[in-house]
Amino acid sequence: MSTATEVPAATGQGAAGSEASGAPLLEVTDLRTAFNSPRGLVRAVDGLSLTVERGKTLGLVGESGSGKSVTSRSIMGLTPRRNTERGGTVRLSGRDITDLPEAEYRELWATEMAMIFQDPMTALNPVMKVGAQIAESMRVHLDLSKSEARERTLALLEAVRIPEPHKRIDVYPHEMSGGMRQRVVIAVALACGPKLLFADEPTTALDVTVQAQVLDLLAEQQRERYMGMILVTHDLGVVASRADEIAVMYAGRIVERAPTRVLFRELKMPYTEALLAAIPKLEMAPHTRLVAIGGRPPDLVNPPEGCSFSPRCPYAQDRCRTEQPELTESPTTPGHYYACFYPVGSPENDEIRVQLRRAGVALPGDELGSAQDQPSVREQLATQADQAIEEN
Amino acid sequence: MPDATTLTPGAVGGADSDLAAELPDAAKKQGLGLGAWLSIGWLAFITLTSILAPLFLPDPEAVDPLVARKGPSGAAWLGYDATGRDILSRVVNGAKWTLLIALGAVLIGVVIGGLLGLIAGYFRGWMDAVLSPGFNIMLAFPQLVLALLLVSVFANGPEDSVGKRIFVLIVALGIIAIPLLARITRANTMVWADRDFVLAARAMGAKPWRILMRDVLPNVVPAMMAITLLAVGVAVVAEAGLAFLALGVKLPTPSWGNIMAEGKLELRRVPMMVIAPTLCIFLTVMSLNFLGDVIQKRFNVRESLL
Repeated sequence: MSTATEVPAATGQGAAGSEASGAPLLEVTDLRTAFNSPRGLVRAVDGLSLTVERGKTLGLVGESGSGKSVTSRSIMGLTPRRNTERGGTVRLSGRDITDLPEAEYRELWATEMAMIFQDPMTALNPVMKVGAQIAESMRVHLDLSKSEARERTLALLEAVRIPEPHKRIDVYPHEMSGGMRQRVVIAVALACGPKLLFADEPTTALDVTVQAQVLDLLAEQQRERYMGMILVTHDLGVVASRADEIAVMYAGRIVERAPTRVLFRELKMPYTEALLAAIPKLEMAPHTRLVAIGGRPPDLVNPPEGCSFSPRCPYAQDRCRTEQPELTESPTTPGHYYACFYPVGSPENDEIRVQLRRAGVALPGDELGSAQDQPSVREQLATQADQAIEEN
Repeated sequence: MPDATTLTPGAVGGADSDLAAELPDAAKKQGLGLGAWLSIGWLAFITLTSILAPLFLPDPEAVDPLVARKGPSGAAWLGYDATGRDILSRVVNGAKWTLLIALGAVLIGVVIGGLLGLIAGYFRGWMDAVLSPGFNIMLAFPQLVLALLLVSVFANGPEDSVGKRIFVLIVALGIIAIPLLARITRANTMVWADRDFVLAARAMGAKPWRILMRDVLPNVVPAMMAITLLAVGVAVVAEAGLAFLALGVKLPTPSWGNIMAEGKLELRRVPMMVIAPTLCIFLTVMSLNFLGDVIQKRFNVRESLL
């Protein structure tokens, strides 16, 4: 698969002129989405910027409530119009699609960008045959006849590895298992050949055994169709081997962004460190208490002053509680951005660490062996990422 | 917030694939149950007999003073009423008009109320803000008085035909049924419209009306069906109530309501005039309610499968 090289994104048919200018497939600048609630304005996405190129995967990682799902829905224009405030710009192949009327979005949905929903139990209509649900968008957008749509649906079912597509095309969702249903959900999203695919926690609702299969399938389709993909997840392990770049979200912002292999080797943000430390390890003795990130996710109505992670951050200093760090590029590694005054691995951070250790505080970095200790989860994930990149 | 969408009904069940594969068969085996079949049987029986009545029963309006108030016999199984008309024939023929009025009224309610409910529940916003208070006002209006008003204004003249009276009755009871159906439809539409598959359909570029008709409506139908059956029962009783106030189907055309209404004057001498239609109304309403419950249950079963 030679798609990983810098082929100009000229394979698409739709937005022709803009692609010549070399605009990225998706360019989001300072996206803001806030909901009016009885408690006040909930700033779900608060100044987020990202770019996705064709054929690349961006992993969007964060806890529940960090604004991952709202980000993808906001980019797609699927957030409710009522009681919602949106700001910033979203460009798709150079075209500004920030606040289109629903009718214009409708032209883009399915053909230009599509979304795979989290829960296959609720993302399919219980009273419609799966074949009809896959064919639905093709009938709407591509103006296909019934038999043509059926042909294509069968091909799609085959592409997402559903055995006996001729039989499965005419069953109802409840007659399928969770994994099969999620494959159908993927087929629905792929039906009109979108250039940009949002996968909103596509495996969260599935058995662990099925998760890997579904993720591999997604990666395969993404490569074959040369789509840009945003893979939203709370699991760093999921994106380690399947994303080209990872963006870690916290409280509606991106707090660290780096190419996958860089992120695991040189993570800078204490929050990323804490997320990694929270992944259970096989070597751990049975019944070990699982590591959790202390405190609770920030209140998005009244976000904490300064760095939003400061109330939970073991290394937080006075400056962190008053001043908000900006997302800045690492001076040593181009392409690695983070928002922290005392990044992990910096002399300042090491100093705080020494003090804390003296005071007898257990640090998330200890779990990871962040110093020169034996290879750790971090190392394993980094190796996994390397392998995945080599395979492709 | 998107995470909250998983809280919609039916979403609680886990992704247990074996369970999902087995349950539909279990549901099929379970069948409808004896009670439901008896209910269906009774409703089919009265419908068929009332349609076919002219083939085997005497004219329900034929007066014969010679046999007035005669008790049950081989010729007339339920006896004769005060003017010598065959009670059995009147009850069987009356079913036709009673059911026609009840079904017609509820049909109006289902079509108009259902449509308004779908619109209010799906589009929300100002449409809901206009429609919902409307439903509540209609519900708050004394319903029998409304029907009384319509019937006495539009179809109470001596020259008004039986057909016109029945038509006005259907419309009057239909207006009462509209807010009932509208509210149930609206509530269910809201629940289903929050489901991910509706958002998914929107994200695939389907237009609102297409989503409403293909994704929302089919899921709301079971709940509407259950309420519809209850409403038919209520309409049967309401027709009898109006007949008691002499505003039901015009005599001498029989309906269960006006047979009872006439019978109340003869309660001591010809009790059958009250007993027979009362029993019919009782069995019919019970059957309808029972079927409504069965549908409700089946609908819950299906939802829990998801």
